[in-house]
Amino acid sequence: MLDLQNVSVSYEKGKPVIKDLSFHINKGESVGLIGANGAGKSTLMKALLGLLPATGRILVDGMAVEKANLPAIRRRLGYVLQDSDDQMFMPTVLDDMVFGPMNYGLSRAEAEEKAAAVLARLSLSDLAGRQNHRLSGGEKRMAAIATVLAMEPDVLLMDEPTSNLDPFNRRIVINTIGSLPQTRIITSHDLDMILDCCTRVILLSDGRIAADGPAGVILRDKALLEAHRMELPLSLSRL
Amino acid sequence: MSKTETALRELAQMDELAAGDSPVHRLHPLPKLVLTVLYIVLVVSFGKYDISGIIAMLLVPVLLYQLSGIPVRTCFFKLRYVLPLVLAVGIFNPFFDKAPLLAIGQVKISGGVVSMITLMAKGILSLMASFLLMATTRLDSLCSALRKLHVPSLLVTLLLLTFRYVGLLTEEVAVMSEAYHLRAPGQKGIHISAWGSFLGQLLLRTMDRAEDLYNSMRLRGFNGDFPYAAPPRFSVRDLLVLLLGAAVLLLLRFVPVASMLGSLLVR
Repeated sequence: MLDLQNVSVSYEKGKPVIKDLSFHINKGESVGLIGANGAGKSTLMKALLGLLPATGRILVDGMAVEKANLPAIRRRLGYVLQDSDDQMFMPTVLDDMVFGPMNYGLSRAEAEEKAAAVLARLSLSDLAGRQNHRLSGGEKRMAAIATVLAMEPDVLLMDEPTSNLDPFNRRIVINTIGSLPQTRIITSHDLDMILDCCTRVILLSDGRIAADGPAGVILRDKALLEAHRMELPLSLSRL
Repeated sequence: MSKTETALRELAQMDELAAGDSPVHRLHPLPKLVLTVLYIVLVVSFGKYDISGIIAMLLVPVLLYQLSGIPVRTCFFKLRYVLPLVLAVGIFNPFFDKAPLLAIGQVKISGGVVSMITLMAKGILSLMASFLLMATTRLDSLCSALRKLHVPSLLVTLLLLTFRYVGLLTEEVAVMSEAYHLRAPGQKGIHISAWGSFLGQLLLRTMDRAEDLYNSMRLRGFNGDFPYAAPPRFSVRDLLVLLLGAAVLLLLRFVPVASMLGSLLVR
């Protein structure tokens, strides 16, 4: 589904933030992208979406991330931003949900049908007509996920999906993410959530892959995590 | 409620007003936009002493505010920061143009006073018309209408993002201002020595957020067009509304309706 070959990304010439990364993500996999601040997680996400220029080769479902393919690629990749306020820019939840599908050629009626189906699946039907600025933090995060799901992406990229949420809403978001059938790439410092939602973890450190393997193995490796400025998930550190 | 929350709520209320349902709301955005522009052009085109002509033009917003169910006081309340500027435009006219122009009983009124009132009325009517357009038409529908008029996509996107950006800007100002005042207790406002860095930081922070917002739009297929806000097809009915509306406006502008009514009453 996603294939990266020798990918490097730089904001300034000669100072790459992502350094010669290569990995492959299969369809249906759920991958946690973890690493300390500045490790390059968000930069990598943006490169996958074609928001930042990268050297090397990034393939999404066999298509190279390049200008001509961006509309098709962005239709396959759904990106949930860390700050839901930046994602929800339309007046109501429903308006936000039909925004993407209609940009891709669906009629209003078709887009609303898709939106209603997604809201029903997430048990959020009552949010449809709500004004975005009147949603609570948890509702807004769920609505942001719904806006992306309405585009029926094959891959979900999520940037810190549980940040700034109270425990109750965090659990709702985790359960929702866990129930989604799409291929998922999740960046987060919430390692308990990664442990719950992901089967595989890629640990980034200084723009390179420090470890890549089963979540249950990497997230239990205290020495590895501490060597890269991280800690064991709380649920494991108590054991 | 803090000033920022009030400002954000007021911004969001524009969306709520535009989501209303009335004969004016239901009009196609294209004739609404064209007629508003025509109205403003016609109002501005009156001569500086033509106060009776301007009074006739007042009929249009009065009628449309009634039809749309939007209280006129909402308009004046929302425009409370702009109105003083509009009113200040002609404030010096009475000092420069002292020649008597008309008399009401024994009281002579100078040309300067009349031109000041005319200028103020032009400003107020133009603002009322613009506000009515914004309050009865969703911004994206308006942008869609602008695109139909072949306004460049870049300009229309700029308009849309500016509206969305104002909210982000207000939020960032609130956060930064709170952080400043927590470390400068008892200080009123922001000290002039901190203005430079405050504004610089504000610009950088809001640029980052605006970029995220724009990226979020692009990632969901936005390319400068507005298919999600496309109004229904421009029908014969919409064309009739446009032609009839334009005819009424031109009539009010070029036929001295107020003078004619006045002379009828005087007889």
